[in-house]
Amino acid sequence: MTAPVASPSATGRYEAVIGIEIHVQLRTRSKMFCGCSTDFQAAPPNSHTCPICLGMPGTLPVANRLAVEHVLATGLALEAEIVPVTRWDRKNYFYPDLPKGYQISQYDLPLTQNGRLTFDTSEGPFTVGIRRAHLEEDTARLLHMTGDSGDRASLVDFNRSGVALMEIVTEPDLRTAEQARRYAEELRLLLLTIGASEAALESGQMRVEANISLRPIGAQAFGTRVEVKNMNSFRSVERAIGHEIERQAGVLSNGGDVIQETRGWDENRAATYTMRLKEDSQDYRYFPEPDLPPLKADPAWLDEIRARQPELPAARRARYRAELGLSAYDANVIVGDLKATRVFEGALAAESALPAKRVANWVTGEYLRLAKGSDAIDALEPAELGRLLRLVDEGTLSGTSAKEVFARIFAGERTAAVVEELGLAQISDGGALETAVDEVLAANPAAVEDIRAGKAQAIGFLVGQVMKQTRGRANAAMVRELIRSRLDAAPPAATAPRRPKGTPEASG
Amino acid sequence: MATLSRADVEHVAHLARLGLTDEELGRLEGQLNHILDQYEILAALPTDEIAPTAQTIELENILRADVTTPSLPVDEALAGAPDRARDLFVVPQIIGGD
Repeated sequence: MTAPVASPSATGRYEAVIGIEIHVQLRTRSKMFCGCSTDFQAAPPNSHTCPICLGMPGTLPVANRLAVEHVLATGLALEAEIVPVTRWDRKNYFYPDLPKGYQISQYDLPLTQNGRLTFDTSEGPFTVGIRRAHLEEDTARLLHMTGDSGDRASLVDFNRSGVALMEIVTEPDLRTAEQARRYAEELRLLLLTIGASEAALESGQMRVEANISLRPIGAQAFGTRVEVKNMNSFRSVERAIGHEIERQAGVLSNGGDVIQETRGWDENRAATYTMRLKEDSQDYRYFPEPDLPPLKADPAWLDEIRARQPELPAARRARYRAELGLSAYDANVIVGDLKATRVFEGALAAESALPAKRVANWVTGEYLRLAKGSDAIDALEPAELGRLLRLVDEGTLSGTSAKEVFARIFAGERTAAVVEELGLAQISDGGALETAVDEVLAANPAAVEDIRAGKAQAIGFLVGQVMKQTRGRANAAMVRELIRSRLDAAPPAATAPRRPKGTPEASG
Repeated sequence: MATLSRADVEHVAHLARLGLTDEELGRLEGQLNHILDQYEILAALPTDEIAPTAQTIELENILRADVTTPSLPVDEALAGAPDRARDLFVVPQIIGGD
């Protein structure tokens, strides 16, 4: 890019003012205003349409109750006000992705407004104000092509047209790219937790746009703002905003003016580029949608939705720390991943006597290592992890064997069956251990001598030999005790044989 | 008095994607200003006691359960398309929208 690069001192003279707009597709089976299925990812183009989502004249939209409830649930989770009576509005513009020539949306009476969301950053907790969350319909998908004669054409697939969409807008409270990324991540976790959206950035179920302006530190008035789009991962959100802050600081510190425009983020070039100038601001001529009656969110309905609300991420983190004694790190890692949360809760529910910290270690360690770092399919039944850890706790299974068993229960097997099949149950039976210990003592007279001569570290060598003989299944603590008691009781050998060549020096 | 200028009329015509001749623009400027004059008469009525009304039918919360219904066969959906490429509608490309 030819844009001047800001020196660190230039960036330091300005404060960034960032607001985020996020669109998410809501998790419903049918579209917002008609019964067409939303399950079209693998379907042929235009196979999920009807006269309503094709915008045919004379059709009448009817709102999807579940979509409305998803927005109300989101509003409650964001501690927002729920507007007692709301209505729909038409946002008018012409574009081929919009068959009616208007989008049904909400303008001055969004379903919910004035909420907030708190999240952690590297500089501590941060709370962003949520201006509004409203309901609207998604547009069709466009593909662009150039025909044989060089004509440029757009191909339209209306499968996505009319899918329920929620728009969530923050106040311009954010100041850094990291805060913006963390907000988007925490909002996604919240939406997944309450089941309002699948919220995958890569597939466009969640679309993040940032409005960014700079002002001299200490100034009140906002600078000219630039809208940044096309950020398809959380990493891109942070990089794109960081880049745009630097770009604007470069322009301003060189005496230039920031131009109001929409810029796209190019992940490969790590730069933003001009998509559209906003010289004449859009004129959408909003007016009330006459085809849809107003919507009243009465207290009884809200109570119903509130009663269905699961534990939210912030409350869950607090409970894990205060009641289960987990570290902030463990609580964040587990709560940040819904599958890890399910495994943790399920294992503890199955074996409530287990120390929560131990379960947490396994979830953040072995479980997430396999779930995220391998191609293995996660078919873990959480209760099986509980059973596995109980066997470790009881001394039936060694730590090493437990990891071997875990890899199998991760793939869907039962703990008891795997332990049985592999013959992994730890030997804590005194008689069986005594036999193994006696054999090892007889085979290693040199080490026995060393111990008698005061080299206590040699016990470690003998314990190792017993573990080897029992393929790791011996209870190490019991073996150590047995060796001690055997050597205390038995008389010293009359003539100690020389240590055979190759026997390692017992060193503990 | 309503004061829609010629430029206002041209702007509204552009938003509605209407290509109008000079003669039509002139005629519509007069007609639109006349309509606005009628609204000024209405605006003089005392309405402080009346809540803003977007609808006069006394219905609310007309909602449907989240249940799917059959969609149109693709050929029927595309029957009115000006042009098609396989199962897609084809329209001239518009630059600069979003």
